[in-house]
Amino acid sequence: MFRILVRRFIEVVIFVLVITFISFLFVRLAPGDPVLSILQVDDVSITNEQVNELREELGFNEPLLVQYGDWFTDFIQLDFGNSYLTNQPVMEMIMSGLPATIELAVGALLVMLGIAIPLGSLAALYRGSWIDQISRAVSLLGAAIPSFWLGLLLIDLFAVRWGALPTMGRDGFRSLILPSVTLGLAITSVYVRLLRSSLIDSLSHDFIRAARSRGISEMRIFFAHAFRYSLPPVITVFGVSLGSLIGGVVVIEVIFAYPGIGKMVVDSIRSRDYPVIQGYLLVMAIIVFMVNSAVDLSYRYLNPELRLKERKHGKWS
Amino acid sequence: MELVIKKKSKRRWRMTVLFTVMATVLAVAAYTFLILKHDPALVNLGERLWPVSMEHPLGTDHLGRDVLTRLLLGAQLTVGYGLLSLFAAVIIGVPFGVIAGFKGGLIDRIFMRIADAFLSFPDTIVAIVLSGLLGPGIENLLLAIVLVKWVNYARLVRSTVITERQKDYVTAAKINGLSSFGIMRKHLFPHLIGNVLVLASLDLGKIILLISSLSYIGLGAQPPAPEWGAMLNDARPYFQSNMLLMIYPGLAIVFVVLLSNILGDYLRDAFDVKKEVES
Repeated sequence: MFRILVRRFIEVVIFVLVITFISFLFVRLAPGDPVLSILQVDDVSITNEQVNELREELGFNEPLLVQYGDWFTDFIQLDFGNSYLTNQPVMEMIMSGLPATIELAVGALLVMLGIAIPLGSLAALYRGSWIDQISRAVSLLGAAIPSFWLGLLLIDLFAVRWGALPTMGRDGFRSLILPSVTLGLAITSVYVRLLRSSLIDSLSHDFIRAARSRGISEMRIFFAHAFRYSLPPVITVFGVSLGSLIGGVVVIEVIFAYPGIGKMVVDSIRSRDYPVIQGYLLVMAIIVFMVNSAVDLSYRYLNPELRLKERKHGKWS
Repeated sequence: MELVIKKKSKRRWRMTVLFTVMATVLAVAAYTFLILKHDPALVNLGERLWPVSMEHPLGTDHLGRDVLTRLLLGAQLTVGYGLLSLFAAVIIGVPFGVIAGFKGGLIDRIFMRIADAFLSFPDTIVAIVLSGLLGPGIENLLLAIVLVKWVNYARLVRSTVITERQKDYVTAAKINGLSSFGIMRKHLFPHLIGNVLVLASLDLGKIILLISSLSYIGLGAQPPAPEWGAMLNDARPYFQSNMLLMIYPGLAIVFVVLLSNILGDYLRDAFDVKKEVES
């Protein structure tokens, strides 16, 4: 287990190194001079002196590798510098947007669970029935409908035509409903099919027959035995498809003008506010690392076989 | 026995229909210029937001441009961009995978480290951030997609090559004096094609969704390009008065993505490569 975590950590470090170096190069070699774009914010005419001064101050006159080294030491200490646009520290911006984004992601996950668990379970229990057909149709369509389009249609229906829910911003629970439902529906399709096939697989195992022969109720067999056994693959996919959740968050936040870090990064991309983009990247890398590690740990909890194997082969194997 | 055959022929029939539809879509996308009646970029403010008519079967948009024309050209752009980035990812990924799988050793280890690092990170985010660093625009978005996608193909090819290389028929071919290149071409390549094709057709839908979502939020195709996501962005301010302007491009995306997903599923069953593609 410990080994897996270390390996994963090394992977993340390599990844961050590669991506930051590429991004660093892009920023330095980008068509627009960052120095000019900082100075141009105020709409005042710029003198050559000012440019050179700022260049010196930001260390742009050093060799590229030295610059990268300096920048990277700050970067790993979570000091991403200040936004070109607002001059606010990037870390502060991220920290103020993160709670909103986490709320949205959790809301979406709850919507997803609320649909995927009943639909997947019923489809597995009544294989080939109409409910199975419906679950298949839902997941096929769900995978094909662009989330932003779905969001626009929902806005039109619930907010504009019926006036039932707010269309944008973040103002209490009601403003969270539409974005969460949209994002939730967008990520549901994978899990419905997966839970179905995983449940069908686990229901065919011997331990289910053994439980039946001991006279345990069907309800208990399903939830306590089959369901638990079918979770690991679902959780694996959760780890893998975390990206589509984070990516979905970005699009949904833009559509609903929701003040999270997804909207923040799109705004900074539009205004070429590089420090914010880079900060966002590192924070995402940390989140992905933490979630994937949690996924690994949850296997051990859910699958007693793994724990037994580890005990047999020694702790660190 | 009879049942199995029946089931198979039914599947083959469905497959034919699917391929025909897909081929039609591609043909329409490729040959739009033959059927177009209107200039897709011609602004005609006198005809803005016209309803359905003989002249404009799907009406006109907020600048008086013919919607059907733009929708068809959008197929060319949206599907074309998707295919282009997929093709580039395959062209880069496959040789890397072959070399890593065939040579093994240090090259393979370095490659695997890089690939794992890339795969440990959600590709949507990388695409967004990379296209952001490069600056908004469709070329940069496509470049970003290629950068994140080629790894998948390289890894798939590498694992296929490694499994096949150890099989007896390859050893037999080697004993008979076939060169590495010959083995590659004659024996390994047929295996690779199936796997790569399945992964690519499953990827196409995802890439199209990614391109159109990012175009919608302004990070991909820029107006006036009739990319479907960008068209939706154009239609957004008018969606209370002209709802249909938002419906058409959305349905077009759903249709194409649905088609490529179903096709991918069928190909996966047909080539029987479920395991390798999913892992």
